[in-house]
Amino acid sequence: MAEHNLFLLLACLPFATSLILLTLPPRARGASTWLSALSLAGGLAVLAGFLPGIQAGNVLRASMEWVPSLGMNMALRMDGFAWLFATLVLSIGVLVVIYARYYMGESDSLPRFYALLMAFTGAMQGILISGNVLVMVVFWEMTSFMSFLLIGFWHQGAAARDGARTALIITAFGGLCLLVAMLMLGHAAGSYDLGMILRAGDRVRAHPLYGPMLALFLLGAFTKSAQFPFHFWLPGAMAAPTPVSAFLHSATMVKAGVFLLVRFSPVLGGTEAWFFTVTGAGCITLILGAAVALYRHDLKGLLAYSTISHLGLITALAGIGGPVAILAAIFHICNHAVFKASLFMAAGIIDHETGTRDMRRLSGLFRPMPFTALLAIVAASAMAGVPLLNGFLSKEMFLAEAVDWHNGTWLDNALPYFAIVGSSLSVAYSLRFIATVFFGPQATDLPKAPHEPPAWMRRPVELLVLICLLVGIFPALTLGPIINTAARSVAGAHMPYYHIAVWHGVNAPLILSLIALAVGTLIYAFSAKAIPHGPEGPFLLHRIRGQRVYDWILFRLTWRLPRLALRIFSTEALQPQLRLLVLTAIAVACGSLWGALTFASDLRLHAPNPAFALLWLVGAACAVGAAWQAKYHRFAALVLLGGAGVVTCLTFAWFSSPDLALTQLLVEVATTVLLLLGLRWLPKRRSEIAEDKLLPAKIRRGRDLVIAIAGGLGIAAIAFALMTRPVITNVGDWFLGNAYYEGGGTNVVNVILVDFRAFDTFGEIAVLAIVALTVYALLRRFRPAPESIAAPDQQTVGGPSLDDYLYVPSVIMVWMFPVLIMVSGYFFFRGHDLPGGGFAAGVTLAIAFLIQYIGTNVRWVESRITVLPIRWMGIGLLIAGATGMGAWLFGYPFLTAHARYVHVPLIGDVPAATAMLFDIGVFATVMGAVVLMLVAIAHQSLRASRRREIDDAPRKEAA
Amino acid sequence: MEIILSAAIGILSASGIWLVLRPRSFQVVIGLCLLSYAVNLFIFSMGRLTPGAPPIMPKGGFIDPTLYADPVPQALVLTAIVISFATTALFLVVMIASRGMTGTDHVDGKERSQQ
Repeated sequence: MAEHNLFLLLACLPFATSLILLTLPPRARGASTWLSALSLAGGLAVLAGFLPGIQAGNVLRASMEWVPSLGMNMALRMDGFAWLFATLVLSIGVLVVIYARYYMGESDSLPRFYALLMAFTGAMQGILISGNVLVMVVFWEMTSFMSFLLIGFWHQGAAARDGARTALIITAFGGLCLLVAMLMLGHAAGSYDLGMILRAGDRVRAHPLYGPMLALFLLGAFTKSAQFPFHFWLPGAMAAPTPVSAFLHSATMVKAGVFLLVRFSPVLGGTEAWFFTVTGAGCITLILGAAVALYRHDLKGLLAYSTISHLGLITALAGIGGPVAILAAIFHICNHAVFKASLFMAAGIIDHETGTRDMRRLSGLFRPMPFTALLAIVAASAMAGVPLLNGFLSKEMFLAEAVDWHNGTWLDNALPYFAIVGSSLSVAYSLRFIATVFFGPQATDLPKAPHEPPAWMRRPVELLVLICLLVGIFPALTLGPIINTAARSVAGAHMPYYHIAVWHGVNAPLILSLIALAVGTLIYAFSAKAIPHGPEGPFLLHRIRGQRVYDWILFRLTWRLPRLALRIFSTEALQPQLRLLVLTAIAVACGSLWGALTFASDLRLHAPNPAFALLWLVGAACAVGAAWQAKYHRFAALVLLGGAGVVTCLTFAWFSSPDLALTQLLVEVATTVLLLLGLRWLPKRRSEIAEDKLLPAKIRRGRDLVIAIAGGLGIAAIAFALMTRPVITNVGDWFLGNAYYEGGGTNVVNVILVDFRAFDTFGEIAVLAIVALTVYALLRRFRPAPESIAAPDQQTVGGPSLDDYLYVPSVIMVWMFPVLIMVSGYFFFRGHDLPGGGFAAGVTLAIAFLIQYIGTNVRWVESRITVLPIRWMGIGLLIAGATGMGAWLFGYPFLTAHARYVHVPLIGDVPAATAMLFDIGVFATVMGAVVLMLVAIAHQSLRASRRREIDDAPRKEAA
Repeated sequence: MEIILSAAIGILSASGIWLVLRPRSFQVVIGLCLLSYAVNLFIFSMGRLTPGAPPIMPKGGFIDPTLYADPVPQALVLTAIVISFATTALFLVVMIASRGMTGTDHVDGKERSQQ
């Protein structure tokens, strides 16, 4: 159990540290360094505690429930391979943290940097130790995002932004492919559990989906590991701060791809397709990367291409896939991480202390910085594969595999040649790095005078180089056992113990190694003069750049194509869009209901009532009239609209829905007033539009009329078919039966709104509040049409005043104020049991305010009462939310209501449900929102008159 | 009754659709209002027409759901009424602001170009 918890702790620690780091101020440099380093060291301590169990061949597991419905548990799993890799990540992480403390400048926010780095470490570790392939993909994508943020850490620079974006697009594209591959893999293996999948290799390879699965899987792995043809993002990512490159682009992120290849080689590997694609891509990448590396002038560019090349080597080994190849791949992963991290750090030191990374300018640095030079030379020799250094051992194992392993294909026969070419080129670029930077005449025109870096900036490099030497000289004593454990956990427990030794006698790999060293030296010797003046790539090859192809494709995909599509499929005009919308709705309805729209055999019909028919005769006339008049006679259309609304309202009342009738009536009042207020700002249409008489306009109107009639007929038919069907039992019956017992109210509609489905209502009042605020915000910068700025007759001095028109009504309206408040309260309190409720009460009170504005004028009202609609809304939402959260205090879910009757002396039993409190919230929000919208529009006349005064002032002065 | 109400829904929505397809913004506002009546009535009618049986329960005792109108469509429509008021207000404000800024009440903010 303790082990289980420690394992979870290990997985969560970097993320927790990241969150803490985010809270630190930018100047907390020391504290953030200590925190990050200690967090990683803590992870290492946990890993060290796991070592005995891992070496015994155990597999550690832990799991938490995450999305059980998808079969997705936060399962963790650690075997020898994952342990080794996690240890590598965390150890290099500690060194990078120390190094970054000295590398990053005073203006960079170290806590932010470390927070990203920690989150990345957590994600990387998550890939290694996740026990569920879907969880693994989640972490995989997380590394892509974190690396995007880290590469773009210096986001002021365009290169950093471009590099980060390219890396993200490529790796996230790969991640998407990987997700699909993993879904297929889980489907084929019958489980998403990693352990189960690793045992289901035969089933997976025999599955019909094996081909696409493999292709998608390899796209994921290749993009991440920068394999040809996706290699170009890695050099672009060199715009990242050097600690990031040292960590992500040598030891961790790009290794995730090869980790995946090695991890899944027992499942997906062993087939001809696997061998050809993986080893083939690996070999191409090995040679291409090495060849380009030789020609790069940028120090980090050389290292980036060399990383690509070494990743190609590991990929090629994973493609071969036998136990020894797996072991060699794992060994080279470790060795490459160690020497490449130290080389990146050394490059960073050189950049930091000289101010440039251009190898054409750097020269003779051995004299000013001898220690750094010595370290870099040893590390570069390890990269070249010089004997007695760690790189030599794993490279020799690769050569041995290339020579000894056979499956009879042409690629297998060609493998030794690829290996020797790649190795020779690797020797050549390592030599170039050493010779150009550290030897020759001392450079004089460097931006800074070079000198040794701070001691602690060099310590991480020293340690890494020491490891290069120790592993290179005593492989069996240092890494041997754990590499074997790791390889056994991948290739199977039956694998014999492999002795890694420095000296195997004079055999083919040794001879090949020596040939590579000699040829590499020759290559460099012959090309040393030409390289600094040539292009950054080998003969002809520098003309074909992956980056350019990528840019070309991306430009087409994200710029040309969308614009072309926009030009073809889109229009700025609203009418065609709406027409398309309506036509689509009609088409979809026709398509899905064609032949399916049947009428019930036993129609559920009520005998037509003549009064109802007459009512709708008026209603239909109003609707058609409104449609007819809306263009030239807006006021008439508005009145007719009101007529249709009243008939609708009566229909609600007729068919047993008093709540709806009440609300509709009140809202009708508010809507009409609102539109009337709006009409004030819409200048009258003076003359008929001449174009309307022309034929095209008539055709348009005819076409729209056909669409409208078709739509109306369709809706009518559907409505009729549904209305006449027999009633089926539905959720409404449950509401009816339980409203009183569960909700404590007898008005079921209100109980549904404030109790059973209160969360919906909560959302709706929030929407209402948002809309009201939007209206308010839009009107703050309102500019009326020039024609409507002039004050209407009623507002001009000397003109007829309001009293001349509406003296008696206005007195009545003012007196109605307390009555309406009373009515509103009445609606509110009876709401739970009888028609009424928060919505109706809210609109009623809003109307009470509104009537004051209509009956008098804005100034009169606002000098007497203060309405603060925004506060009403805010408080209403808070009350509703707080009522909902109150349920938490009693251990119930959000918005659980409690209902009871309280006996009040003299009045009797009063319903006292928490739903009532919620209804107060609804009431306040609705009232606030309606008042806010209406008052905001009404206030415009006040603002307009103020603006007129300002405009008139200079004119008066002039007079 | 069913025939009358479905015909009414049809006429309301036909008028609404026709107005929504018109070029002047006030027409579109009126059209949206008419459409919202039609849609509210449509949703409401999904609970079937039951005159004289509002869903107000007695306090206690056995309840036979067939004796009452379906409360669910009513609850749905109640909030829809208030929300449609809000959208009308929003569109109205956009309309008058657009009229003020562009000098035309065409929905595209400019008159149809002469072709």
